[in-house]
Amino acid sequence: MHDVESVGVLEKKYSRRTFIKGVIATGATVSSANYLFRGPNILGAATLQSTTERLLTLTVNGQERRVDVLPNETLAMTLRYKLNLTGTKLGCDRAECGACTVLVDGVNQYSCSILTHQLRGRSVTTIEGLENADTGELSVVQQAVMDEGGFQCAFCAPGFVMSMTAMVANNPNVTREEARVALSGNLCRCADYDKILNCAMRAAELARSV
Amino acid sequence: MAEKLVGVNYAPPDLRAKITGRARYAEDFRAQGMVFMKLLLSPMPHCRVRGVDDSRARRVPGFIDIMRASEVNQPEGPTEAMLTDEPKYEGEPILAVAAESEEACAAAIEAIELDLEPLPFVLDPLQGLRPNGPNAYTEGNQFSGQDGWSTYKWTDADFAEVDAGRMPNPANPLVEWTKGDIEAGFAEATVIIEEAIVHQSVTHHPMEPRSTMAYWENGRLHAFVSTQSAQRTKMGMAGALEVDPEEITFVSEFTGGGFGSKIPGHTHMSLAPLMSRKIGRPVMHRVTRYEENYIGRARPGFQAWAKMGFRADGKCTAIDLMIVQDSGPYGAGDHNTASNIADITYTPGNMRYRGFPMYTNTPPKAAQRGPGGAQINGMLEPLIDQAARELNMDRLAIRILNAPTVEYGMGPRSQRMTSTRAKEALRLGAELFDYENKIQLSGQRNGSKVTGIGLGLSTYTAGSRGYDGLMVIRPDGKLYVYQGIGNLGTHSISDTARPAAELLGLNWDQVEIIWGDSSRGMPNSSVQAGSQTTHAHSRANYAAAQDALRKIRAIAARQLGGNANQYRVDNGRVLGPGGSMTFAQVAQRAIALGGEYDGHTLPGDLNAATVPAANMHVGTGLMGVARDNFGGEGGIYSWLAVFGLIELDVETGQFETKELVCATDVGTVVHPRSLGAQCYGGAIQGMGMAMSQRWVFDPQYGVPFANRLYTARPPSIMDAPRSMAWDAVGIPDPQTPTGAKGIGEPSVGAGSAVLTTAIADAMGGRCLCRTPLTPDLIVAELEGRPLPFGRLDQHVG
Repeated sequence: MHDVESVGVLEKKYSRRTFIKGVIATGATVSSANYLFRGPNILGAATLQSTTERLLTLTVNGQERRVDVLPNETLAMTLRYKLNLTGTKLGCDRAECGACTVLVDGVNQYSCSILTHQLRGRSVTTIEGLENADTGELSVVQQAVMDEGGFQCAFCAPGFVMSMTAMVANNPNVTREEARVALSGNLCRCADYDKILNCAMRAAELARSV
Repeated sequence: MAEKLVGVNYAPPDLRAKITGRARYAEDFRAQGMVFMKLLLSPMPHCRVRGVDDSRARRVPGFIDIMRASEVNQPEGPTEAMLTDEPKYEGEPILAVAAESEEACAAAIEAIELDLEPLPFVLDPLQGLRPNGPNAYTEGNQFSGQDGWSTYKWTDADFAEVDAGRMPNPANPLVEWTKGDIEAGFAEATVIIEEAIVHQSVTHHPMEPRSTMAYWENGRLHAFVSTQSAQRTKMGMAGALEVDPEEITFVSEFTGGGFGSKIPGHTHMSLAPLMSRKIGRPVMHRVTRYEENYIGRARPGFQAWAKMGFRADGKCTAIDLMIVQDSGPYGAGDHNTASNIADITYTPGNMRYRGFPMYTNTPPKAAQRGPGGAQINGMLEPLIDQAARELNMDRLAIRILNAPTVEYGMGPRSQRMTSTRAKEALRLGAELFDYENKIQLSGQRNGSKVTGIGLGLSTYTAGSRGYDGLMVIRPDGKLYVYQGIGNLGTHSISDTARPAAELLGLNWDQVEIIWGDSSRGMPNSSVQAGSQTTHAHSRANYAAAQDALRKIRAIAARQLGGNANQYRVDNGRVLGPGGSMTFAQVAQRAIALGGEYDGHTLPGDLNAATVPAANMHVGTGLMGVARDNFGGEGGIYSWLAVFGLIELDVETGQFETKELVCATDVGTVVHPRSLGAQCYGGAIQGMGMAMSQRWVFDPQYGVPFANRLYTARPPSIMDAPRSMAWDAVGIPDPQTPTGAKGIGEPSVGAGSAVLTTAIADAMGGRCLCRTPLTPDLIVAELEGRPLPFGRLDQHVG
């Protein structure tokens, strides 16, 4: 399982079924193994050669990041435990809540359910990548949330903000009802949905004026 | 002129961090050399651990150590331990494993071989009351500190009544109280409504599972915890670990919700500190959603009988209420609260309550947003509508008639309230909803869809007294407010500082809120629960601001001449007959003067826990520090009236909530937008409780079927009502200087009641009298088909 020849081979080895089985077996999600590149290798990934081959270059928030990734490691765990991008939250580990939503090539996806190895050559944007690093200027969605005072506990907020970002990029003329559908993959347990929809409409308004 | 702060919307100071990824929740902290911990959860609902073979686990690469139940405190009686060798529910932690990685933890747990002795278990509390029914504990099903364990059962005759659909009359109820003359009350009644009602249990499922990271450094514990409260949770953790609270650096800057499940923290938050102490490494205990389902607490379900008498004019004259409660393995107090809230909501004057809290082998129960009240309001509101229907009376009018005024005392001791504006809330909501016209739509059919109108009234505690406020005006001219309350998303950390800042004549950009890190000072605080903080800590901070104002004026008079009382504050300056000073100058002067001005001398009546917090800031500026001595008599309760319009598809049993209107009595409104969000959010949570958050167990093996978000589904954005509106009565509570009471709790019961009443309305007044209101249940009722389970069966959802 450790010998990673190519993404294609990997995808064959890790079908959806085996991936889910692996997740179930560990009781949660997989692979924060070798946290901070220390400790022993597990799951048989023991050779120097395979360690070298696990090195990936990911494009995250516009930067190329070299990272050592296990074959069955999810993007959420890579972001949180390898790249210290803890803005992406884990709420359910299994594509039920949307707290881990990030953008992959501009499309909102659950990072708990993507293998990091699938992302060679793809561009990942996380909540940390929305604010202008030089000027501190917020994205239109972030500004909309500030304007509308969105969210309560906000553990869901990074996921919602990423889904809203994809939504307004696709359709700045989105209606409130369309926004409801566009954001339906994200769960807010505080049920602050009224404000979230206010934020979505404000974000669309700001996007139209940019 | 400084800006007005109370009653004005603003962006809370922590919001930007929440939407840029900078906000750090417990699982976002890291430490050098950090390792992971995972729990081995019991696969059985009740068993005894006869043996553990961990030899294979110890050979898993990355394995570090195991912690067993014998290494943690094992309290007597039905009290939860962090780890146990006699699990009382499926999912109860048996042992903990530490390893270099989370995956190694999981691999080691997989490699552990357990020798378990299965023990009898009970899931449905009513089954546990049967003469030969199983008990949750091998020792019995009732426990008292004085007499130890005993067994309590009903008789075959009692169950003959239950099976015939009637309220039984068991001997020696476990809890009983009466008020007034119940026989006279029923004799006075023209209409008597009697129903058996089932309210399911509901898992809390906050978005953030209860993760903890901890490490020790030179004997000092650094703990990063997911908890509702802060200062109070630190004290709880110190108690659990038997360490001096001042030897803990306690960090909880952001918490992803709790809804009652993390009030003083939680039992398992102390495992990571214990494991870290054992292995000498920082430990991350990342709790998964799957684990959260088990250890994350749930609202206790009820099986109840309610008999309510009404006079011809609609006045409720008697309530006879009986509740069997699923207390889980470690108890819950919801049923008691439910009985009191039934009394205060419908003011019968004559009431009898009999309670039967029963231990079960289901996941532990805890307060969940409006505990007890949320269940009983959702259960009894359809009965009010039945009475209105039988009396040919308007549904709003009967509620206004029965809603309390401040004269009515709650429960057996007739506890009075500081203020009660329930009738006003109902009238306000009716106006906002356009009740007169909307009620005409009741029962209107459009194809397969029938309109139902829902009404709900709910109440809950909304404050407490006697905590401390701590603030410092520093030489930069800013006010630093130190908060010991938690930050789980209610905006209390900043809302409760707004009245204080307004008293001091400050603009909001002249105020800094410090919270979530005990190393920066946490004064004695209430728990962040029971909707207390808006009331309790707007008072405590107001007391501290009054103290600061007194000192500011005294310094101004000293420096500039004249009488201190002639000085006023505005926009960061103190002004009076001798001229003016900036707060920056005042702060410098306070430091120079020392004594009480900069905190070298503290008030003698402060709560003990505040003193170390205040001492951290001695000499840094002008200190405002005081205990809330405003006093007051009676309970502090808020009210919420909710109106709704649904469309029920009578062919599928599906329904859609079209409109929701909330009208609330919370005294003075501090932060309108946040208040509205609490009303809507709580009401939608209540709808989920009544509708889709199922709690289903396999009766043969005692394991839950609905153990994840998709099987016990909270409302999504698609379930949120299409149109929502809210308003507040806005009459200040006369017994608190800020006039403000909390909200948060009552909205859940009101939201649940809107659905239970609206669905009954759409079904021509038929009360299903059980939750969850699943489509199959609705269709079965509409088609007159028998239910696939017993009328009072629990956990079959």
